Amino acid sequence: MTPLLKVSGVRTFYGAIEALRGVDVEVAEGEIVTLIGSNGAGKSTLLMTICGNPRARAGEIRFADHDITRLRTWDIVRLGVAQTPEGRRIFPRMTVLENLQMGAVANPAVDFDDGVRRAFELFPVLGRRRNQSGGTLSGGEQQMLAIARALISEPRLLLLDEPSLGLAPRLARQIFAVLREINQSSGTTIFLVEQNAYHALRLCHRGYVLANGLVTLEGTGSELLANPAVQAAYLGGAGE
Amino acid sequence: MNSPHAASLRDAALVAGIAGILAFPFVGLLLTTEGTAPTLSTRFPEFAGAVVVIFFGRLGISAARRGHGLLPLVLGLAMAAGGAFSLVVEATGLGASGTAIWHAFVPGTFLSTVACAGGIAIAGLAGRNYLMQGRQPAERTPLPMGQLLLWLGIALAGFAILLPLLPGVDRRLIDVATLVLTYVMLGWGLNIVVGLAGLLDLGYVAFYAVGAYSYALLSVTFGWSFWVCLPVAGALAALFGILLGFPVLRLRGDYLAIVTLGFGEMIRIILLNWYDFTNGPDGITNIGRPSFFGLPFASKPEQGTESFHTFFGVAYDPVHRLIFMYYLILALAFVTNAFTLRIRRLPIGRAWEALREDEIACRSLGVNPRNTKLSAFAIGAMFAGFAGSFFATRQGFVSPESFTFIESAILVAIVVLGGMGSQIGVAVAAIILVGLPEYFRELQEYRMLAFGMGMVLIMLWRPGGLLTHREPTIRTRPAPA
Repeated sequence: MTPLLKVSGVRTFYGAIEALRGVDVEVAEGEIVTLIGSNGAGKSTLLMTICGNPRARAGEIRFADHDITRLRTWDIVRLGVAQTPEGRRIFPRMTVLENLQMGAVANPAVDFDDGVRRAFELFPVLGRRRNQSGGTLSGGEQQMLAIARALISEPRLLLLDEPSLGLAPRLARQIFAVLREINQSSGTTIFLVEQNAYHALRLCHRGYVLANGLVTLEGTGSELLANPAVQAAYLGGAGE
Repeated sequence: MNSPHAASLRDAALVAGIAGILAFPFVGLLLTTEGTAPTLSTRFPEFAGAVVVIFFGRLGISAARRGHGLLPLVLGLAMAAGGAFSLVVEATGLGASGTAIWHAFVPGTFLSTVACAGGIAIAGLAGRNYLMQGRQPAERTPLPMGQLLLWLGIALAGFAILLPLLPGVDRRLIDVATLVLTYVMLGWGLNIVVGLAGLLDLGYVAFYAVGAYSYALLSVTFGWSFWVCLPVAGALAALFGILLGFPVLRLRGDYLAIVTLGFGEMIRIILLNWYDFTNGPDGITNIGRPSFFGLPFASKPEQGTESFHTFFGVAYDPVHRLIFMYYLILALAFVTNAFTLRIRRLPIGRAWEALREDEIACRSLGVNPRNTKLSAFAIGAMFAGFAGSFFATRQGFVSPESFTFIESAILVAIVVLGGMGSQIGVAVAAIILVGLPEYFRELQEYRMLAFGMGMVLIMLWRPGGLLTHREPTIRTRPAPA
């Protein structure tokens, strides 16, 4: 079976700086795949390259039989790739419901009311704040809103950039639990970039380790968790 | 002497003293030219009046701040009554005839108006204190802004509709109201670009000019009627909006503002120099006037035709056309407003607002920023084109002089002061920025001073604009689980 997302030999530059030096990643339909790595390894760059901003200078990105390497962000998103960009980026002056409405842009065919109902089931707190403007939500609630907004369009692939960033451990666990629920109940494929390697590797089916713009390790979540190199570099040497 | 009353008195005296020092050269002294020699005369009554008003006004404000009801209410009402009285005295010429003693104590229109408005504001503060009395802070629920603004809007609209029929309304007032409404409409059009889509456009007057010249040229060259030209002018202006939009798609903030400013000047300079086409600085004259559903507003209709007054069997009165013009621009403004209110609830309007908030998030949600920005530029420009047509037909004459940068600047000021995106705020700001200066012509020299002061005060107290309330476009849906 061909993977839903196939990144092969992708090289991305910021000016003369080569941020990705030939990355190969595959995500199969229905999987949760996580990408871990230290600061500056190129994790966010890979997510953004998949979304076409910046574009890959070499290599190919295929999504569900489409070559999306050269497409523009909004066209990629309309194919069924939803992303929550780094830093949540909710619309602060618009209400929770209006933010969710913006999520439906990518797929006008969805039943909005139904999507909102599902979003409020996943995140009841958003339902209570539906008429509140996005900027008045707490950090955790904003993250929930960003995820809910991305899910409204019923994407086939959900790209998440550090959903646990800046959240209290309890909230981060809650977010990860919801991601698992989304994956299991609706079969949404998830590609997750995380600093919080322990939780991300426990959640995922498979994982990649990115260092200096190259994939250095890959395997199932439990394999990577048990790997001494991963433990030393990303888990604070917890296993030694 | 440390009671709060003494402190208030000291504070009011201090403020009045400072105001007195500042006001003396401006208000107390008057330089007039008699013959060739400038002479310095004094205006002590006016000066003293100003200081007294400031003293009691400050006293009223600080009393209201401390939660008193009665004192500020009395002070406020007294100030309002005094200001209104002197306005009436001046308007009816009561002071000029006979009793000179009156005239000496009646201050100028400006001071009277300030005293009157300030008095009403202080009385309002006092009234609020009365309403709040005996309530715990927790019970002070925030005012339902959306509803209040809705009622304010309905009241303003009703007032605007009835204005020409009110007693005591003269030609000058209708003329000024027509001018204000033109700016309200332009402000609402620019509000789409600046307030909703967040694209700072300093060259909006260009589209106004395109609309005006489109109508002027079509009317003079082909003799087309106003109603045929109106959509054509709107479409041409929208086309120019797209023309401007393309090169500035990647720009935002200051850079966008500079390019749009340049675009506005380019259009004006082209109009000025393309003599064969636009008649250059001489402008275009004899532009057709609109008719009342085919009935012209002419004193002597051409042989075999009817005009407005013969058809309705009333005596000819030039005010008919003024009133018709007033209702015409009122209708155009209402259309602009209704359009904006409606489109905010549609995906494209929502995308404009989202684009203002965060362009990157928009891209990642599948919004095409190019089409979204171009549509905002085009639709905003279209309404400027309509307003431009109206301007041309009202004046009967257009020249590049009417489309200078200061017009764009005033329009941006209207939108920003009104509170970006707020429809009522724009209308109120247009009344303040365009209507008041027309009524205080005698203070024209100080207009820019007042402008600057107003801007500084707004930025200090209400950095988001007069009305920052944003009405959500969607209410509770689906029903709470």
